Amino acid sequence: MPEGVVLGWRQYRLERRMFWRNPSAAFFNFVLPLLFLAGAGAILSGSQRDLDKLVPSIAAMAVMATTFTALAYNVVFLRERGVLKRIRGAPLPSGSYFGGVAANAVTNAVLQIAIVILAGRTLFGLDWPLHWAELLVFVIVGVIAFAALGVAFAHLIPNFESTAAYVNLVFLPVVAVSFYVFDSSSAPGFLRTIAEALPLKPLIDGLSGAMVTGSDLGNHLDALAVIALWGLFGIFFAVRGYSWEQTRT
Amino acid sequence: MSHAGPAIEATALSKRYGDYVALRGIDIRVERGEVFGLLGPNGAGKTTAVEILEGYRERSGGEVSVLGFDPAERSIELRRRIGIVLQSGGIYSHITPREALRHWAAMYPHPRDVEEVIALAGLEDRADARARTLSGGQLRRLDFALALVGDPELIFLDEPTTGFDPEARRAAWETIRSLRELGKTIVLTTHYLDEAQALADRVAIIKDGRILAIGPPRELGPGAAHYRVAYRDGDGALVERETDDPTALLHELTTEALARGERVQELSVGRPTLEDVYLELTADA
Repeated sequence: MPEGVVLGWRQYRLERRMFWRNPSAAFFNFVLPLLFLAGAGAILSGSQRDLDKLVPSIAAMAVMATTFTALAYNVVFLRERGVLKRIRGAPLPSGSYFGGVAANAVTNAVLQIAIVILAGRTLFGLDWPLHWAELLVFVIVGVIAFAALGVAFAHLIPNFESTAAYVNLVFLPVVAVSFYVFDSSSAPGFLRTIAEALPLKPLIDGLSGAMVTGSDLGNHLDALAVIALWGLFGIFFAVRGYSWEQTRT
Repeated sequence: MSHAGPAIEATALSKRYGDYVALRGIDIRVERGEVFGLLGPNGAGKTTAVEILEGYRERSGGEVSVLGFDPAERSIELRRRIGIVLQSGGIYSHITPREALRHWAAMYPHPRDVEEVIALAGLEDRADARARTLSGGQLRRLDFALALVGDPELIFLDEPTTGFDPEARRAAWETIRSLRELGKTIVLTTHYLDEAQALADRVAIIKDGRILAIGPPRELGPGAAHYRVAYRDGDGALVERETDDPTALLHELTTEALARGERVQELSVGRPTLEDVYLELTADA
């Protein structure tokens, strides 16, 4: 195997180990969305329509939390601690490093989706996803887009103490407007326009099609295009603004 | 692959950040196997210079060769052959020293034995502790260990003993001396004069982005040829005289004193220390 791949694999394994050793990160990544799903599901359990809306919404939120939120936190923390600078000085190809880090985020996203699907099935009696390929496409594109946006967003965060404020300033409104517009057919037009232009609502649409309604990929190409555009935007700024060390405090 | 020239050669190296000039054209040549010290006050340009050599920053002008490579190209091959102890290099909170060293060792073609490096760094008792539970001094020793685990030819040490207690400092000095004995080339930045004097074969004193003096610590500076002879004269006043020929001066002083049947009180003969030179050179005009 090429050496860069071996080193990327080692980096991935290290990232996994570090992830599990940080109980609060593991909690936020797995338990919180699950609690959210269980709690909201218990309230809505009388209505199959609501449950059908809830499960893909939580799945999409989980993708955003494990990639956008987790990477923004991680990059700011490692940058502030000087870990990124140390890695930059080591003979580790950038591709191996970012490959390992991205694969770690992908693993978390995939585990999350699996948990949400299993929970939906066991707790609420939902069916298995109808279109696995469509599910896979949306998860992959969504993960890449949100991961890139998380790294790009980290450049705007001056220090680790303010990370929660910055991240939630984006995360909470995006989740709120996307959930609302996805759930309500009577949402005001301007909110609908905003939600459709942001990457989360299109991801919920795609996951909903794959997991619940059976509406196939061909019906969600515009949604996929919106996520992909955000992905390109994210990748551009993630690479361009990337800083290996703390320059502001 | 191996190249016969000096370990480092930099000519007219300059660095600007916008209007601010951090390095105003410095020349450095570090021979293989040498311990080279960069000494200067904070903000002098030491770290900027070293970070250009390490490949962290791009120079604004001048030529640089590190082990025959241009560090700005950031080749993996060069990074395999250098070790870096950063002033501000951190580590994952939940990694143990043994895991970190194994992880880093795997990046190098011919790493040192991890257990041996743990012992060298004095981390045997803490090898399986989480990094977040290590003391500042232990983390610094882990820094050292991580820089050495790849068995590099050239090692950059940026303020390696800042924050060490005297005992840890001595131990670090011993480690640096043992690396020198192994034939490693070491570039050391420090603001401790005794550290430069104790370890460096040659020292460059740097201030405001310029090299003010360069040479072996003992021969450094404008007063290098001078001896300083101090004594108390017949009136009890302390006299200090500089001379290139202390033998003649001492002969003169002692002859006079003996002729008067007196002693030369509080007689001392000294050479300017690195500290004298440093203070003289870096004093604001």
